[in-house]
Amino acid sequence: MSREEVALHVDWTRCRGRGLCTEVFAARLARDEWGFPLARDGGATRDVPVLPEERAAAEDAVALCPLQALRLTAR
Amino acid sequence: MTLTHPPTIPVPTGTRRLLAAAGPGLVDHERTHGPLPAVGPAVIDEIARAGVEGRGGAGFPLARKLAAIARQGGTARTRGRSGPLVVANGAEGEPASRKDAVLLRRSPHLVLDGAVVAALATGATEAVVATSAGLAPVVRQALAERRDPVRVTVRALPHAGFTAGEASALASAVAGGPGVPQDRVVRLSERGPGRRPTLVSNVETLAQAALVARYGAEWTRGVGSAAAPGTRLVTVSDVRDPDTAVVLETAGGAVLGDLLVASRLDRADPRRAQAVLVGGWGGTWVPATALDATLDAPGLAPWGASPGAGVLAVLGADTCPVVTTARIATALAGASAGRCGPCVNGLPGIAEQLTALAGGRPTRDVEHLVSLVDGRGACHHPDGVARMVRSAMHVFREDVLAHRSGRCLVGGVR
Amino acid sequence: MDTALWVLGRGTGVAAVVLLTVAVLLGVVTRGGRPLPWLARFEVQLVHRDVSLAATLFVAVHVVTLLLDTEAELRLVDTVVPFAGAYRWFWLGLGTLAVDLLVALVATALLRRVIGPRVFRAVHRAAYAMWPIALAHAVGTGTDGTSWWFLAVAGVCVAVVLAAVAWRCSAHVTEFRTRKLETVR
Repeated sequence: MSREEVALHVDWTRCRGRGLCTEVFAARLARDEWGFPLARDGGATRDVPVLPEERAAAEDAVALCPLQALRLTAR
Repeated sequence: MTLTHPPTIPVPTGTRRLLAAAGPGLVDHERTHGPLPAVGPAVIDEIARAGVEGRGGAGFPLARKLAAIARQGGTARTRGRSGPLVVANGAEGEPASRKDAVLLRRSPHLVLDGAVVAALATGATEAVVATSAGLAPVVRQALAERRDPVRVTVRALPHAGFTAGEASALASAVAGGPGVPQDRVVRLSERGPGRRPTLVSNVETLAQAALVARYGAEWTRGVGSAAAPGTRLVTVSDVRDPDTAVVLETAGGAVLGDLLVASRLDRADPRRAQAVLVGGWGGTWVPATALDATLDAPGLAPWGASPGAGVLAVLGADTCPVVTTARIATALAGASAGRCGPCVNGLPGIAEQLTALAGGRPTRDVEHLVSLVDGRGACHHPDGVARMVRSAMHVFREDVLAHRSGRCLVGGVR
Repeated sequence: MDTALWVLGRGTGVAAVVLLTVAVLLGVVTRGGRPLPWLARFEVQLVHRDVSLAATLFVAVHVVTLLLDTEAELRLVDTVVPFAGAYRWFWLGLGTLAVDLLVALVATALLRRVIGPRVFRAVHRAAYAMWPIALAHAVGTGTDGTSWWFLAVAGVCVAVVLAAVAWRCSAHVTEFRTRKLETVR
């Protein structure tokens, strides 16, 4: 999955709004008033597009989520 | 595809197709439609030409789903218990819809034919009809009269909740799991529960496929509009009381106002209608001026609406739209499966604010809350709520303004 | 040599108790999804992980030095099978039990992407058992176990962990008041 376009997929059935992803991937993820991640581009927060230069931050978010609610998928 | 339809059976003319048989039994069914012809994967092309679209709400072309599954299955390794699975969605979770119940009671054999057609088209050897506990016996009775080339079973669903009919929830329930919406990274048609390519299709959609398999695409397109060929079932009701509903079979692309008149429901009289909620409770409000639009995608697009599950819930002129919207939002909040944060927090929040607005009390910014639920969650339930509320705030903006200053355009001063 | 090993064994044991306490505290903060004044949420998680691994390292050295120390009479089997030892078999057995649990915690944490979040969480709750067992072992079997300074250290550890657990069980553990989500098996 090195050079293809990827998206950050949020498993909403696992997310508990702990907010680690919104710190590590702050460029794309804001946090709503209940703690849950919110896509900054105004689109749906199910599969958030990840630019190549953001790949590392997105991977950190995936690794750090305490509920394992994130994963990178091919777009 | 050569039609193997027996020449002794007259091809149905007019718009009585799904509900053409005199009764629900096999004898009446075969007297009207003849036996189900042999079909194979080639029927997918015919279904594509006929333009059969999903009748469960999303309107996704059936042929595309069938083709996707047919691509997956078929090898020796993927037969039987790990092969493709057809699930006929008769859960009818949509609160304002009654069409699936009517179809299953009146034409269960057409639905079963459709499930068989879908199975044979995709290489599945198993089909399940999932429906409520109340309707399961009806389908089982019909099933007992038949002998099918694939294994067909009926699954009674314990809860009649809204989200029970969501595709991933239904697939999960049929596979023995919890019947709640699941996170999906891969489409069901590619890999569903048990790693089986799974088709989840509304019972009416499958019944349409059964008609196409018999009479062909050209016949299907003989009635209806180009964007909505064939016929469809429509549920017309008073938006305050879905139990008053009337189900009609109509040619596709019919004018909304004509459908309201055809229902003969007093409460749905278009001359006294203020607005109509189109598609379902998670659908779109359209004003009374939209009643000359057609019930198909291009006809409703200017109003931001789509046919959805074929629901036309009418708001009479003597009913406050803000109160009604608040009640629907409250019901939809209660219908959440409770799995996802934005839905669990946001929907009750929206319902509370709308209820306050209905009471003429001050509220928070509703659009902000709506934007927090739209597009966030494992299923599209919150998206539907967002759509319904946004269209209400737009179509009823004068009522909303009045309520914000403590008045009501329908009931006078609050 | 034996005295050096004995001292090292005791020292690493005491250090391990303190580090495990810090690890438990950080774990509770992690669960609440809150930052600390000088650490962001993701940093709290990373420090929790690092302190846990450091604690595990100290426990490993503690066990190995005591194995090598002939006066300690620790057999290899005593490092995995609890309550089979001769010297203070009960208190030693608690230590073995704590080590067994610690191994399970670390293994499931390192493999959590493989085993999935539900199994990981179920096993990780064992931390609430591992910590008091480790502490009881330290007090009961350690040479310094009942000395005043160690009891003071142990007292502080108990106080902070009790406070953290009380906070963990309260409604304010997470940052935002959200409605309870259905947990599906």
